[in-house]
Amino acid sequence: MNAPIRRLFTVVAMLFAALLVSSTYIQFVQAKELQQRPDNRRTLLATYGRERGQVLVDGSAVARSVPSNDELKWLRTYPQARLYSHVTGYYSFTYGAGGGLEGAEDPLLSGQSDKLFYRRVTDMLMGRQPSGASLELTINPAAQKAADEALGNQRGAVVALDPRTGAILALVSHPAYDPGQLSGHNQSTVAAAWKRLNADPTRPMVDRAIAGDLYPPGSTFKIVTAAAALSSGKWTEESVIPGPATLDLPQTTVNLPNDDHQPCGPGGKTTLLHALQVSCNTAFGWLGMQVGADDFRSQAAKFGVGDPLQVPMRVTPSSVPKTLNLPQLAQSAIGQYDVRVTPLQVAMIAAAVGNHGVVMKPYLVQSVRGSDLEVIESTQPEQVSQAVTPEVASALTRMMEAVVERGTGTAAQIPGVSVAGKTGTAQHAKGAAPHAWFTSFAPADDPKVAVAVVVEDSGRLGSEAFGGRVAAPIAKKVMEAVIGR
Amino acid sequence: MTTISSYRPRKGRNVELVLLLLAVAIVLLAYLNVGLAVNDAFPPGLLTHGLGLLVIALAFHLLLRWRASYADPLLLPIVTLLNGLGLVMIYRLDLAHGRDLAQGLALKQLTWSALAVAIAAVVLVVLRDHRQLRRYTYTAAAVGFALLVLPLVPGLGRTVYGSRIWIGLGPFSFQPGEVAKIVLAVFFAGYLVQTRDALSLAGRKVLGLTLPRARDLGPILVAWLASVGVLVFEKDLGSSLLFFGLFVAMLYVATERKSWIAIGLLLFCGGAYVAYLLFGHVQQRVLLWLHTFSPEALHVSDQLARGLMGMANGGLLGTGLGRGRPDLTYFAESDFIVPSFGEEIGLFGLFALFMLYVLLVERGMRTALGVRDGFGKLLAAGLSFSVALQCFVVVGGVTRVIPLTGLTMPFLSYGGSSLLANWSLVALLLRISDHARRPVPEPGEAGPTSTGEARTEVVRMR
Repeated sequence: MNAPIRRLFTVVAMLFAALLVSSTYIQFVQAKELQQRPDNRRTLLATYGRERGQVLVDGSAVARSVPSNDELKWLRTYPQARLYSHVTGYYSFTYGAGGGLEGAEDPLLSGQSDKLFYRRVTDMLMGRQPSGASLELTINPAAQKAADEALGNQRGAVVALDPRTGAILALVSHPAYDPGQLSGHNQSTVAAAWKRLNADPTRPMVDRAIAGDLYPPGSTFKIVTAAAALSSGKWTEESVIPGPATLDLPQTTVNLPNDDHQPCGPGGKTTLLHALQVSCNTAFGWLGMQVGADDFRSQAAKFGVGDPLQVPMRVTPSSVPKTLNLPQLAQSAIGQYDVRVTPLQVAMIAAAVGNHGVVMKPYLVQSVRGSDLEVIESTQPEQVSQAVTPEVASALTRMMEAVVERGTGTAAQIPGVSVAGKTGTAQHAKGAAPHAWFTSFAPADDPKVAVAVVVEDSGRLGSEAFGGRVAAPIAKKVMEAVIGR
Repeated sequence: MTTISSYRPRKGRNVELVLLLLAVAIVLLAYLNVGLAVNDAFPPGLLTHGLGLLVIALAFHLLLRWRASYADPLLLPIVTLLNGLGLVMIYRLDLAHGRDLAQGLALKQLTWSALAVAIAAVVLVVLRDHRQLRRYTYTAAAVGFALLVLPLVPGLGRTVYGSRIWIGLGPFSFQPGEVAKIVLAVFFAGYLVQTRDALSLAGRKVLGLTLPRARDLGPILVAWLASVGVLVFEKDLGSSLLFFGLFVAMLYVATERKSWIAIGLLLFCGGAYVAYLLFGHVQQRVLLWLHTFSPEALHVSDQLARGLMGMANGGLLGTGLGRGRPDLTYFAESDFIVPSFGEEIGLFGLFALFMLYVLLVERGMRTALGVRDGFGKLLAAGLSFSVALQCFVVVGGVTRVIPLTGLTMPFLSYGGSSLLANWSLVALLLRISDHARRPVPEPGEAGPTSTGEARTEVVRMR
């Protein structure tokens, strides 16, 4: 009977081999997939068992975790929830982390990032409670507050940058929401809030400043057209160009009129400077066609249009259509047709003009800190491109100063400070009120802040001045907050 | 068999003592580990549980020195280690569920362990020679089948999560299947040693397989019907597979005919498939097995899914004892104790755990090889195989090799009946191994049968 006993042991070995294979499959091959399942309570409880890092603005927390007495040991709270809703985003047990830094920097905040490996090891060796890293932001609280208050209950967005570094000083999108409603531990109230916010037609959870459906930039895009023209060397700010009441577009029966149906200067002629000052559609339409689609598009690209960007939230790339015939080019040159931008992109254009033509990479996180507030990582300003030469930049600055001094943007004037700016009124749907735009930087000779403001559906049809009336005062408030007046 | 006597007779009791102390030391370290990880403090139960385990193990060791001094020296340390590690995990889950020492399951398990060892000691003392059991072949048959159907008796049987494999007497509940496993092994061994000639010699050869005569199919059909009965009425695939697999394995060992295995597999697969077609509860088990994470399956039960996520959480090295969340899985201390270990000691730890079982079974099989009488061979092989098969059914169930069943992991899982039965099983193996390793062969056994067998074996060896 010994031979079958030996064979039976072979069977036993095979049975156990099957178990070794199956457990290896689960604990090694499939492990990651199983751990990332949304219904894996272990993973969730593990992240809630650790103190999540804070989000700090000027030293005070705008998102922090406080001890909680239920199964989840920490509750995420947002002390100034609505003011910073699109900066912080939300951190929800049911719906995950998203909508802002909570989502974009989740690995750092939760402490899982590879950057924190060394700290995790030392925490373990020192017997310290492991915790996530905190983020110190570039936000200027006064500018953020000014932007939020000035925008009020209008839908739209405000972005303010430091032109010299790219640091984001204000990031506001209205309507805002309270992320604290999503971070609670009561599943049913969180689910109700989630449902309500997602069903809201005004879409409060969309960050209009960097994502969303994007906006046509309207006349603010004339800065790009002017930059392309000046860079070509064929025109200066004093060049005289046609500015009739209506511009005949080739290949089509449709014409391009001025908003007020008046020529921009005596005899239907105007200087480039004056054309920007009064936001002359016909002059810039003509200029766009003269510059040509390639130069126009490449100038836009030099300002960052079309580039993917993370601040660290993903920014939807702005876009200029790939092919443009002459009438489309004329429309695009005044920021209409299919040109689409984020307010952040418009702010980057203004900032680049103010910063001698250099585009800086926008960023929101100044430094990453450990639980003991020791700096782990600090962001260094980064140049993206030289959009225009310094000479062209100063010419553009002079032209934009004229806009605020005596043109369409007088509402942005700050006594004692020279402000450079550009208004815009963007038509986006037939019959709907256009979006009001304003972008600017100040002080014009040594800018400390560049702003872009968009207010949805707030322009009166056909009134270029409206960008100046609605959006410029908001930009003014933000610039004043930064400059300290 | 003559090779046995050529060995220098070594009792191995001192080796056993060293290994035993090592096993208890490992358990105490694991215990300390849990206490420090969970409470940051020296676990208060360390002395109670540690000393308890030490006393139990040493007492049994002394008994072996006295009554079975040639018994296999590895069996007791392995079993002590497994039992101790089980205690540690149960204690760890007590902490997670906030049960203190007095009301905790760990203390109950320790009490059961003591009782189980005491009964195993009685078995060892009373049973001076395993061949005495052969006299009770048919009594064992009656008792075995009675134990099998006991859970079906109205008022006595209890349905626990779909399976009716428990009986309840007042506050106590018991899984008679665990004991039935041993009793039936005794019956199969006794019965097969008598009838093996008829079952192995007669028959026709078809396609290379020697098929048995129709009238010799009787026993396997009875065993099959009984196992199908268990599957259908007690709704437990695990017990059914265990009993039938045990019978077929022993039948194969007795007759050396592969055709029995083929017939057995065919019958079982056929029976299981018909049961799948006919019964909703079997279909449900299969759904949970094949589509664990489908919404329909999760609606029925997410126990298996939770166990899998626990194991995934452990990864290769595990979270460390006391640092995972095995308490998130239901029955983490009994049916799902293996995922609990997988989570906290990792894949590598789990491998080590499996190897302990393989070693245990290997020592049992070695005993079967070494013992001289046919009954002893069959019984030792059967008992060892039942342990292996049970491990396969339990671990295979939680790792999705086969559908999940309600059996417990021998020695590791929380549960009195399982401990009692398995310690007694080991007592039987120790008794047989003592017989196998004792140097002086009894004259009656070294007759022509064993020489004939030895020759057969040489021919068959590669």
